[in-house]
Amino acid sequence: MSNGTAYITGSCVIRQHQVYNNGVLRWQDTPGTALPEFLRNGYDHFSGQYPKFHKMDHLSRLGWLAAEVLLQAAEVEDHLPGQVAIVLSNRSTSLDTDARYYNTVKDIPSPALFVYTLPNIVIGEICIRHGFKGEHAFFTTEGFDAELVRSYAQLLLDTNAATACICGWVEVMDGAYEAALYFAERREVSGAPLFTVENVKKIYAGNMR
Amino acid sequence: MADLKSQIIAQLNLQEVKPEDIGNDQPLFKEGLGLDSIDALELIVLLQQHYNIRIANPEQGPEIFHSVRSMAEYITAHQKQQG
Amino acid sequence: MSGQVWVAGGGVICGIGADLRACLEAFARMEPGMQDMQHLRSIHRGVLPVAEVKADNDALAAQAGLPASVSRTALLSKIAAEQAWASTGLGSLAPYRTGLVSANTVGGMDKTEDFFGAYLQHPQQGRLWQVLHHECGSVTELVADAMGIRQQVSTISTACSSGANALMYGARLIRHNIVDVVIAGGADALTRFTLNGFNTLMILDQQPCRPFDDTRAGLNLGEGAGYVVLVSDAVAAQLPNGPWCRLSGYANANDAYHQTASSPEGTGNYLAMKGALEMSGLQPADIAYINLHGTGTQNNDESEGKAIQRLFAPYYPAMSSTKSFTGHTLGASGGIEAVFSALAVQQGVIYPNAHFAVPMKEYPFTPATSFSKGNRLTHVMSNSFGFGGNCSSLIFSGFN
Repeated sequence: MSNGTAYITGSCVIRQHQVYNNGVLRWQDTPGTALPEFLRNGYDHFSGQYPKFHKMDHLSRLGWLAAEVLLQAAEVEDHLPGQVAIVLSNRSTSLDTDARYYNTVKDIPSPALFVYTLPNIVIGEICIRHGFKGEHAFFTTEGFDAELVRSYAQLLLDTNAATACICGWVEVMDGAYEAALYFAERREVSGAPLFTVENVKKIYAGNMR
Repeated sequence: MADLKSQIIAQLNLQEVKPEDIGNDQPLFKEGLGLDSIDALELIVLLQQHYNIRIANPEQGPEIFHSVRSMAEYITAHQKQQG
Repeated sequence: MSGQVWVAGGGVICGIGADLRACLEAFARMEPGMQDMQHLRSIHRGVLPVAEVKADNDALAAQAGLPASVSRTALLSKIAAEQAWASTGLGSLAPYRTGLVSANTVGGMDKTEDFFGAYLQHPQQGRLWQVLHHECGSVTELVADAMGIRQQVSTISTACSSGANALMYGARLIRHNIVDVVIAGGADALTRFTLNGFNTLMILDQQPCRPFDDTRAGLNLGEGAGYVVLVSDAVAAQLPNGPWCRLSGYANANDAYHQTASSPEGTGNYLAMKGALEMSGLQPADIAYINLHGTGTQNNDESEGKAIQRLFAPYYPAMSSTKSFTGHTLGASGGIEAVFSALAVQQGVIYPNAHFAVPMKEYPFTPATSFSKGNRLTHVMSNSFGFGGNCSSLIFSGFN
């Protein structure tokens, strides 16, 4: 549907306690560390100074951390805040937090948990952190659908809805997690791979820098 | 008030804040401790859970939750009423 | 990419009517749909008014032609989607490449709640089939299967702007020649999950809600479903009664302020309205009526008002919040209000804003308070803003 040209100028993949940035292992935590501790350690390693992080649900913390790593290396400040779009997807929407919220209902329902019972809140948290005001969407698919995410992001770039798009996959359920974020830009950057389905899949699989 | 500070930190997941970091009269919201509207609702839950005090009208929030001292005074006054 | 996106018809079921005609009559009679709960079982019955669809699941299932065991959200969705398609007069769906893009926020949560009652008593209890359609997408697939739609089936879940975003997505599917017809909108049934959740946020009014009134004290929840039928130029030319209007502009922006609260400046609201105007090539003065997001919370109406003031001052179009009749139907609201807005262009309808008495101090404009038909409304805007800072605005335009 959309076949203009764009480039992948950054990526961040987080799984199995390892954080990859542009295909290079940047940091890893001790195997067996529980998800909340892993996220906290990752936050301490890559960022700090954002106390709101601790109030987020696990999905938002993971997406926030992946975006943090992604954007430390990408030249996002070259884009207007209203021209940065975000297209994310996952398998379990906010179910991990829905269940936590439900557990509080029999006592006193927690407002702080309720606000995270929607998958798109992770996009909101990334936007709040970086001031992005562009178009954004959240899709739920059985597995990471590189074709859907790429074509939607490409469409936003082709139709001038955005000049850059953060897109990918952020999944959390019962302590299992995985994130793969891409920074796609319309402008040509030498050495950056083309924003094609094949390249998106290769980066997701860990077979490309 | 030290207990109350610990309770606030636990309820709001303020992982990088220690009880002694919070001044008795320091504003809790905005420029002070930086709390927001959802935190205010969680403080209402805190009062209910720990002190069995119910606040039905969120507009009372800014007054009660101005600082740790104002919260403590509200709790004391309210518990006396109940006693 | 070329061509226009036309609105060929629409269907609504909600707290003020079982179909679009009944809804219009309720507006004309000034009869909002908020009442004590009849169908939802909750400890808040008798305290929190809600705008329920006035039928039980058995009656809705019979009407929808689906089993009564599926989620009420799926039943409402099927009924409104079929009404929408029937209103086009195009007959069978079979000749067209068709998509269903449907929004909801909590999927089959109503059935999951039924399951948990028994399950929490004992882990061996509870009927597992009740959680089969918990997931949001499952509701859409049930309806698509029942209607024989296979080409493109998508679910959008971006909180209270979901329904509007479904139209945006559907319009793009048509403009990119992926399908010829898209039934786009949303559905959400009332659940205890959402009622209790909004109650913990302390934004539910125990009285009927009063959007854009200075004394407003929160929203009332509602339920329902609403869909428009979007079609390509080629299909529009075949419509026996012609199209209602065009979907001429749409935009989505992030408020980047807070998980649930709107920024005091209404930044995201402003950007969405401005973006939709730019896409349609219109000036603010071209808009004749705004169907407001207008939930009735202090925060929403103040932010939305600020964004309207910034964009439209000094000349303000007619405006109103139909949520004062339907309640806030969450994932359905963008779809329901899109149908109302498209019909506003076609029939010149300005909808009333119920329970309005005291103008907001901050702004020089007030909502319409009576129903009128036959107005000349060439361009109508519909706003939908959701948690997560997700702000969307749609523009429907007439044609000559």
